[in-house]
Amino acid sequence: MRSLRRTSLEVVAILVALVVFVVPFLFMFLTASKDENESSDLSFSLPTHWRILDNIKDVFTARDGILLVAFKNSTILTVASVTIIVVLCSMVGYVIQRRPGRVANIANVLVVSGLIIPPAVVPTIWVLQQLHIFKTLPGLILVEVAFQMAFAVLLFRAFVAAIPRELDEAAMIDGCTGLSLFFRVIFPLLRPVTITVILTTSVFIFSDFVNPLYFLPGDENATVQLTLFNFLSQFSTQYNLLFMNIVLVTIPPLVLFIFFNRKIVAGMTSGAVKG
Amino acid sequence: MVIRSRPEEATPVGPRGNAGAGRSTRRPGRTRSDAQNLRARTYSYWFYAPAGLVYGLIFVVPTVIAFYYSLTRWTLFDSQFIGLDNFRQFFSEQSLVSGLKNTLIYAVVTSGLKVVLGMVFAVLLTGPIRSRGFLRSVVFFPVLVSTVAVGITFSMLLQPDTGLVAVVLSKVGITSPDWLGNPSTALLSVALVDVWKGVGLATLIYIAGILAIPKDYYEAVDVDGGGAWTKFRNVTLPLARPATFTVILLSLIGGLRSFDLIWTMTGGGPGFSSDVIASVIYKQYQAGFFGLATAGNVVLFVLVSLIVFPLFRYFNSREVES
Repeated sequence: MRSLRRTSLEVVAILVALVVFVVPFLFMFLTASKDENESSDLSFSLPTHWRILDNIKDVFTARDGILLVAFKNSTILTVASVTIIVVLCSMVGYVIQRRPGRVANIANVLVVSGLIIPPAVVPTIWVLQQLHIFKTLPGLILVEVAFQMAFAVLLFRAFVAAIPRELDEAAMIDGCTGLSLFFRVIFPLLRPVTITVILTTSVFIFSDFVNPLYFLPGDENATVQLTLFNFLSQFSTQYNLLFMNIVLVTIPPLVLFIFFNRKIVAGMTSGAVKG
Repeated sequence: MVIRSRPEEATPVGPRGNAGAGRSTRRPGRTRSDAQNLRARTYSYWFYAPAGLVYGLIFVVPTVIAFYYSLTRWTLFDSQFIGLDNFRQFFSEQSLVSGLKNTLIYAVVTSGLKVVLGMVFAVLLTGPIRSRGFLRSVVFFPVLVSTVAVGITFSMLLQPDTGLVAVVLSKVGITSPDWLGNPSTALLSVALVDVWKGVGLATLIYIAGILAIPKDYYEAVDVDGGGAWTKFRNVTLPLARPATFTVILLSLIGGLRSFDLIWTMTGGGPGFSSDVIASVIYKQYQAGFFGLATAGNVVLFVLVSLIVFPLFRYFNSREVES
């Protein structure tokens, strides 16, 4: 009796989860596979003709292949920002944890502020203009790095605490100090948390819409999220292409998720909850 | 994330006592200042420099100068000091004041629902259920999908008459409201979509918190003959408190600052019914009122600080006690 109740509860849970969390994705995919006419009524039905490949071709050639440019920009943006974040933040996380004192306290305050305080957008644009990097990819890269820093430092700091100091001391006795100690001994040990930082920040930066909207406006250097948003106004009748665009933009994080699911979760939980 | 700056004892680093003894190559009798030197070289403050430069330039400087420019009429090239006029305008225009109110409603609704639903899902998904792995993935996946994609998809699903939600509701005889087109439901509809997208992260944090609870506590309840409800009420709920703090803080910060979902789903409309401070800032920026937009930023800054920093301190002190 008990087990029967449990099984039926489980079936209900699965059904609800399917309806609530899977149907929207199914809707995306089905609409993306239809032709223009069929997609226009936005109904939840199977397409009479599957046009997946044609739609992919159409969406990439639409508006002089802006989606290709956008994919290129988003890839550069994500890879560059994440690389810089990993290198800079692991260094900060290390020293902040290893050398407590007044300087570390100030750094800690800055990290917490960075998590909480909303960035002041227009003054940031002003600063970028003074540096002559407003509306450029390097400018946006610096913005993403600065805004994601606090979270990454936090994860690194928590992880460094788990690396015994004896290791540093042993390296010091061998005459290894400073940067070489860090990059040759400590940084390789940070691998698990580095993977977590890479995955979470790359998903975030690739999906970011607000910062490109403010700091990289204009069509010629759009990111994928901006093209998606612009598609909404430009192709308001070609829902099949709009949704094919959505599907294509959703694939990279999906792939990351499928391959690294366990690692994301493990790293997040070790860094996030235990603090 | 629940962050604690840990005031650890400043343990002297470097060779302790006789670590170097017996090595004839080493200079005997290290002094304290030698050890300090070594420590300074090993954990050099220069490690902060590159990150500090980027962070200072792109985050700290704009935050500080925002306070000045919020008091000016500003074209980015040229500014004119006008005192508190921007703030006066901000608080006298009905559309901007409702943005403030909407921000609070949005933040409270989304974080409240994320706490409750996240807890429920996490309890179910740490229980003896066979499809656990599958369900965890399914609940977490929306977290990874871009907000714009989610926004567009749900604007289509929530269309009146033709949208999937309306079609399903009409099958069971309910006339669905115009979710996003009706001023009284627009903000809440977006908030619900926000919960749909973000509840996976809350669930994940709760799962981690619940799995960290030692099994002995549950066994003790078993011995006392308590049921599932007693276990939840007396063990899970109090011991998952750090996770609750994390979820509340994260979703409040996100909710108060939220912009992208609202902008893609309603653009702040209809009218100003779903405008939040962040969308007001964007509108003023687009219209070229840079000083006013910056004033909006300062208002948001103050609002977030007033709500989140005290909570943060409170949670941290509670956690040290427990």
